[in-house]
Amino acid sequence: MNEAGIFNAFVTVLKRDLTLAFRTRSEMVNPLLFFVMVISLFPLAVSPDPAVLRSLAPGVIWVAALLATLLSLDSLFRSDFDDGALEQLLLSIHPISVLVLAKVLAHWLVTGIPLLLLAPLLAVLLHLPNDSIPTLLATLALGGPVLSLVGAIGVALTVGLRRGGVLLSLLILPLYIPVLIFAANAISNAAAGLQITGQLYFLAALLVLSLTLAPMATAAALRISLR
Amino acid sequence: MPISKPAQTTAKLQVQGLSCQRDDRTLFRDINFTLTGGQAMQIEGPNGSGKTTMLRILCGLTLPTSGEVFWNDIPIQQDRASYAANMSFIGHAHGIKSELTPLENLQVAMAMTQPRKDFDLIAVLEQVGLRGFEDVPARTLSAGQCRRVALGRLILSRTPLWILDEPFTALDVQGQSQIESMLVNHVTEGGMVILTSHHPLKLRDGLLKTINLRK
Repeated sequence: MNEAGIFNAFVTVLKRDLTLAFRTRSEMVNPLLFFVMVISLFPLAVSPDPAVLRSLAPGVIWVAALLATLLSLDSLFRSDFDDGALEQLLLSIHPISVLVLAKVLAHWLVTGIPLLLLAPLLAVLLHLPNDSIPTLLATLALGGPVLSLVGAIGVALTVGLRRGGVLLSLLILPLYIPVLIFAANAISNAAAGLQITGQLYFLAALLVLSLTLAPMATAAALRISLR
Repeated sequence: MPISKPAQTTAKLQVQGLSCQRDDRTLFRDINFTLTGGQAMQIEGPNGSGKTTMLRILCGLTLPTSGEVFWNDIPIQQDRASYAANMSFIGHAHGIKSELTPLENLQVAMAMTQPRKDFDLIAVLEQVGLRGFEDVPARTLSAGQCRRVALGRLILSRTPLWILDEPFTALDVQGQSQIESMLVNHVTEGGMVILTSHHPLKLRDGLLKTINLRK
């Protein structure tokens, strides 16, 4: 009975956040536009030379994806904090970490998945070899959720502050660096025809680690923020 | 259609030596009281005297500087889940999502408490006077109507303890008397209500306690 209740709560929160995201679509589009714009400006600003772009592509795509995620993070708890819905979540009979996980999953579905779908298109724009595109997708599929999960901790810590934006970036960016290094490196290696299993395993390990620990850390951070 | 709540007369909320300091300012010191089923308590005090902080401590969101809150003799911070199952809180920000309809808001609220399939949410909305507004986004409702949705949560929850921060704010006269009779019913059925309000509650003597936070 209780486990069914927890599952029901998870699904309800997921559905709620997806509905809210769908009804405030313009907020959702913002990070995506940012992602597309940054990447499409690079060939104009740096060089249209395919060789140059090819070597820059992995890093550029991942930096843009990372910053786009960072841009979208603030909305994760902001409106719930402002209208008191967060208090109700904290006072629910279910473990907060489960509800947090549902919220983060919803966030990844509305920001991470669109980034993932757009990335191959932008990779072509940057002359990334076609056979490294599966690797690009794999890194975004493994690393994207890590960005959302780890970001949630930072947002939970700063949601009570009026201008938490700068602090959020300072807190979260160092934690994003391992993901960035392994992901960009995997794509570069794939483009050069080298092994990528090591990097992908590391990304998968980071995903498992953040999947198990981040919801709990986020729950604790939310408790502190609402105090 | 009235929805009855199970009477829980055995429940007990006990507060021992509660003090709270904010930025070197003592909001209140050494508050003690015990509330059992069938009693209400009104927290009074001028603006800024710590009424809301008091309620947030009582529902476990904020930690007191010293002192402890017990639910059935167990500190509430120790067993959050069972306290949450027995307590409903409606704060100053009532947690109604403006992009969701009243019905969706209540569905979410229901999933956060004991799962119960037999509940007719339309009937709950009717009871708080929002029949006909099930499918409009809450942002198109007035402040009073939003508060009614929030109060609808109380009907859903069937928890013995209600903690309410200014429940009468933004309600019209008819709404106020409706909510008041809801509170009185809850107390006479063995529930507990703790509220801050400037609105005097019509309860028999002995059932209503008051605490004044004026120093």
